[in-house]
Amino acid sequence: MAVLKVTFTKTNRDKLAQVLWVLNWVSVVTGVTLFSLGLFLKVEIVKRRELMSKEIVSVPNMLIFVGLTACAINFLGGKICYDCVDTTKFLRWKLLMLPYIICTFFFTFCILVGALMCYSMRNDLEESLFLGLRDAMRYYKDTDMPGRCYIKRTMDMLQMQFQCCGNEGYRDWFHIQWISNRYLDMTDSGVAERLRSNVEGKYLIDGVPFSCCGLHSPRPCIQHQITNNSAHYNYEYQKEELNLNRRGCRQALLEHYTQIMQSIGLIVLIIWLFEVSVLTGVRYLQTAMENVLRLGDPDSESDGWLLENSIADTARYNFNIIKNLGKCYQVDDDPNIDVPSTSQQAQENVPVKQIPVAQ
Amino acid sequence: MAVLPIKFTKTKRDKLAQVLWVLNWISVVTGIILFSLGIFLKVEINKRQDLMAESQLQSVPNMLIAVGLIACLINFLGGKICYDCVDTNKFLRWKLVMLPYIICTFFFTLSVLVGALMCYSMHGQLEEALTLGLRDAMRHYKDTDTPGRCFLKRTVDLLQIQFQCCGNEGYRDWFQIQWVSNRYLDMSQREVVDRLRSNVEGKYLMDGVPFSCCSVNSPRPCIQHQITNNSAHFNYDFQTEELNLWTRGCRQALRDYYTNIMHSVGLTVLIIWLFELSVLTGVRYLQTSLENVLRQGDPECESDGWLLENSFVETARSNLNIIKHLGKFNQINISSNGDPNLDKPPTAHYGPDNVPPKPLPMAS
Repeated sequence: MAVLKVTFTKTNRDKLAQVLWVLNWVSVVTGVTLFSLGLFLKVEIVKRRELMSKEIVSVPNMLIFVGLTACAINFLGGKICYDCVDTTKFLRWKLLMLPYIICTFFFTFCILVGALMCYSMRNDLEESLFLGLRDAMRYYKDTDMPGRCYIKRTMDMLQMQFQCCGNEGYRDWFHIQWISNRYLDMTDSGVAERLRSNVEGKYLIDGVPFSCCGLHSPRPCIQHQITNNSAHYNYEYQKEELNLNRRGCRQALLEHYTQIMQSIGLIVLIIWLFEVSVLTGVRYLQTAMENVLRLGDPDSESDGWLLENSIADTARYNFNIIKNLGKCYQVDDDPNIDVPSTSQQAQENVPVKQIPVAQ
Repeated sequence: MAVLPIKFTKTKRDKLAQVLWVLNWISVVTGIILFSLGIFLKVEINKRQDLMAESQLQSVPNMLIAVGLIACLINFLGGKICYDCVDTNKFLRWKLVMLPYIICTFFFTLSVLVGALMCYSMHGQLEEALTLGLRDAMRHYKDTDTPGRCFLKRTVDLLQIQFQCCGNEGYRDWFQIQWVSNRYLDMSQREVVDRLRSNVEGKYLMDGVPFSCCSVNSPRPCIQHQITNNSAHFNYDFQTEELNLWTRGCRQALRDYYTNIMHSVGLTVLIIWLFELSVLTGVRYLQTSLENVLRQGDPECESDGWLLENSFVETARSNLNIIKHLGKFNQINISSNGDPNLDKPPTAHYGPDNVPPKPLPMAS
């Protein structure tokens, strides 16, 4: 009792083969799309490598690998379907087709896994961004240390581009010394006092770098003595909302990457559905062509199906094959025991006469 | 003596017609490209309208848009004509239209060339528009409470951040402008009052710049106030400090940006002009060779195609004569003393003997 049987005439089979040939080439294009999506994601992550504690390489690498494999598989599928119009050429591929279909079936699982990975990257990313931004802010002042001298620039450009400030908000800058000691006048009493009053000897101020300044503010930016209302005329920091960027950079970057990944995940899901439908068509074509060969007449109608027996029967059958594969290597305990012969002569149960030994 | 004559066999004529059909459709696509280049340029100029004073800058994108649309139409018609030229019968339909079409397309390619040259010649107007526009934008930077100007602060800040520039020529321009609004100045403080009083026009000028002038490449936190005062900051010498603020002026930055765009657009339009000219040459050859075929009567024979039937000089002379006679057509011939009612002697021809007939006797 076949699963989803469909009857194919000769013209149906030919048309199916041609349509599948075209669809396989379209799938090669979608494979290239997958590859380029993976490359794009990789570039986006590498661009801001300094702001992440650990780079997330698994998702873009998976997409790149899946894209390349999809190109190769669908290229082969296109060749097979092109040859399936002619029954004689199909004989070439007859033995290869079933393994090909099984491989492609497992490969579509990889695509699905790739799509789901895109959606599940968020937590890893959030933690990575939190730690990465915290370290970047700590090393903001170290513009004279090799390896860290560009962190100030990266951080400033990030805050201006995404209109954000700090990790969670602008107050993060109050707990970090972002002014290097090289630019602090140690002879000044105010500076010395501030350094002394801090347990770790850090110079902390209620000020933020210039890149936190909000563009929408009607007044010139107030970036020093933010919490001190009397230091500025007509200023109340509790009510002032437009002066600095309010959003935290971690949330800004997270939203940016989540949007990218959700779009990519959606596209990969659509490509997965397309690949599954192409695979189904190839399976029908394979079974229809095999039935034609079984019937002998190349022009006759034939049936195509997904599975020859029901799903339960097929599963049981495959399990038995796997079990027997396992049994193939099992040997009885002692190979040297003389096993009584079970040939036909023994059925008569006539003992073999012993050959007389000549003296 | 024809200009650049070429012999065409029947197969060559057919091939020429087919190739020209394809090229005309490609020219429709290039017409669309011209149109979209014009739209792109218009959008780019409108984006920064606040920073440019009134000028004739809009003429360039408008020209490109018009030329692009006309190119699409002309080449669409050209494609239809060339498609029909393979068949001599169908060519008869277009025979009378082809020469006017070729003349129109010739003048149209001149306007494409004018469009390309306009892209290159806009420098002077652009510079002037930018200078005046930026100067006014900086003057109104502080007027965030005046309707119509409240977005200028944001526009100027975004410009300075995006183009990495400061002020008109440099950061010193901000020293001559009051960019801090009086709303945020504490008039009760003595130094503020002193500074206001010391200025002739009562403006609050200081040696400071807005935060958007700060350079991201600086190794130290940005110094935007008391820039020229070395003692106000530790370990600071403003003469040698190059990375603190952006050193480029925004006028130069914007001018370079727009010049780059216009040069690229101009180059593309020049290439499209050369392409259109070559297509036009092909259509001219096709037209003259098909007309010669019709003149000779046999559709399968060889024929000549040329650019001009006679040399340049003779063609120019004959065209000038045509234009002169067009002018003379409306003139009346008054060779006799200006009176049209004078009896002119008859100049009728009375047969081979030239004997006028006798007047008939009148019955009484």
